[in-house]
Amino acid sequence: MRTTTTRDIALPLLVLAALACLPLLGPPDYFMHLAITTILVALACTAWALMGRFGIVSFGHGAFLGVAAYSMALLWNLQGITPWIGLPVGVALAALAGALLGWPAFRLRVVGHYFALVTLAAGEIVRILITALRSITGGSLGMTPNQAPPAEAFAAMQMSKAGFWWLGLLAWACGLLAWRLLDRSMTSKALAAVAEDEDAAASIGIRVAREKLKVTLLSAALAGLAGGLTAQYRMYLNPETLSGLGVSLQIVFGAIAGGMYSLIGPTIGAVFTIGLDETLRIGFGTQFIGAAPLIYGLLLVLFVLFLPRGIAGLLERRRRRPGHDVPAAVARGAPGDVAVPATEPPRA
Amino acid sequence: MDPFFLEALVNGVLLGGVFALPVLGLNLVFGVVDVIWLCYAELVMVGMYAVWFLYTQAGWPLAAAFAACLPIVAALGVLLHVLVVRPLLHAPPINQVLATGGVLFVLQGAATLVFSTDFRSLGVEMPPMEVGEVFISGTKLAAFLAALAGAAALWAFLKFTYVGTAIRAIARDREIMPLMGVDPRRIYLITSAVGGTLAGFAACLLVVQLDVHPFVGLSFGPITFMICVMGGLGNMLGGFLAAFLMGLIVSVGGFWWNTEMSYVVAFVFFIVVIFLRPRGLFAR
Repeated sequence: MRTTTTRDIALPLLVLAALACLPLLGPPDYFMHLAITTILVALACTAWALMGRFGIVSFGHGAFLGVAAYSMALLWNLQGITPWIGLPVGVALAALAGALLGWPAFRLRVVGHYFALVTLAAGEIVRILITALRSITGGSLGMTPNQAPPAEAFAAMQMSKAGFWWLGLLAWACGLLAWRLLDRSMTSKALAAVAEDEDAAASIGIRVAREKLKVTLLSAALAGLAGGLTAQYRMYLNPETLSGLGVSLQIVFGAIAGGMYSLIGPTIGAVFTIGLDETLRIGFGTQFIGAAPLIYGLLLVLFVLFLPRGIAGLLERRRRRPGHDVPAAVARGAPGDVAVPATEPPRA
Repeated sequence: MDPFFLEALVNGVLLGGVFALPVLGLNLVFGVVDVIWLCYAELVMVGMYAVWFLYTQAGWPLAAAFAACLPIVAALGVLLHVLVVRPLLHAPPINQVLATGGVLFVLQGAATLVFSTDFRSLGVEMPPMEVGEVFISGTKLAAFLAALAGAAALWAFLKFTYVGTAIRAIARDREIMPLMGVDPRRIYLITSAVGGTLAGFAACLLVVQLDVHPFVGLSFGPITFMICVMGGLGNMLGGFLAAFLMGLIVSVGGFWWNTEMSYVVAFVFFIVVIFLRPRGLFAR
């Protein structure tokens, strides 16, 4: 662990300030739209990688997006509570969902494949519940938050693209800050130990379930933040795009493609996936629907096979030199033995 | 007893029979190769398209289309193993699951590209039967009986053939068996082929009950995984029994509430089971 230098604070702030200036350059609407979408996906991927890099693999992060987004939108549509209050409430509920799922799972030592499948089930439950409660959520047709009168638009968090860019940027920065703070805390060290060997970690006094729960709460809350902002920006909510297996796998893909072991990796992954999506959409249009998921899936397989540490891992390998500070999780070893607990319950 | 409730019970058992085959296939592959094929339901989807295409487009007799479906999906299973799973045998489980998840997208995309997103129906229906006051769909009953026969054939293969014994041995101890002269590479290949064949068999039974579309796998894929885990991953008998349990929950839940809520109940049940019995319902 090293001390914080001025450079550590000044550099990120400079980057953030530069990014915040983006809308002032007067970019085309389409570009702004892509930028906002990307920054929110980046937040979701960062949230996933926050726990994914410690071998706590969730296939249900879509559920957290959905819980936060729908509770926010329902509070606004049914009770008239502004999303400025609704979003924090939604984020809290997403964290609560994470706790409801995580606490028993970690206490009862549901790990590895089993944990992944439990989260998968949870994600599906949220998707089906949203669909089934169609009298208030609109079911699979989706729902639209009520339009506020122009004078009260800001109070209802209905803003221009620039407003959402700044808000998204702030949320994304919070995500990265959470990552950094976690990296410097004992929790990160504890989780790295847990990822190596859960029994050994427990035997040296690490409270495994509690440490795992901490990072899960954080991850669920950040994912909820991304979900709520996405819904509010699009002004449209749909169970297929805000929960369920499809979204969850997309988040996982972004994090893996970018590289889940480095701070900026998931963000690189988000840029990559959104760029890929748009290229495929424009390149193939509606003429060859199906080509996009085909190439998407192919790339996912190729990434896992040949580049398991993602794009960021590729960059890091080039850049690493003696004396350079490498985060613990990255320094741990060759691409093959990334942190995944080997402690699966023995099979009957 | 209420005849509709009785009908729900019967349908639950029949549904369980349909779940049972993909569950057995997945369990076999996991138990032996130790890799979860996240794209298993999509292999079934490809098989369903194969039957649909051969029967309605190429004009083959239905039996011939069924017969062709098995080797096609078996070959796909082998391909999946050689191209994707084998290079990742020693990779962390998450990477294996993700890679087969990528194959899921590939198969869905390929199916959309070739067959479009239209719902395709085989248009084969057997007359329903009336037993007492209960109506039983002839198609579902036939599929159920075929599934039982398939499960019995798999059991006999594993129990009485030399290769089957080797497969069981590898599943028991993958370190020792190579020393006893079993070539795990060959066994993994054979297991993948058998797993693929089971997916093809499941496809034959499903294609007469469901319309085929590129995303049909998502309608029974997640629940198949949950059944496997509930029965205990790699535990064939446990998975088989859990399939019927899940079939009953979905069917009776659909009778009491509606189909959507019945899936919610089934998934919640799954999560609770994993919390209480992490090694599966039937672990010793």
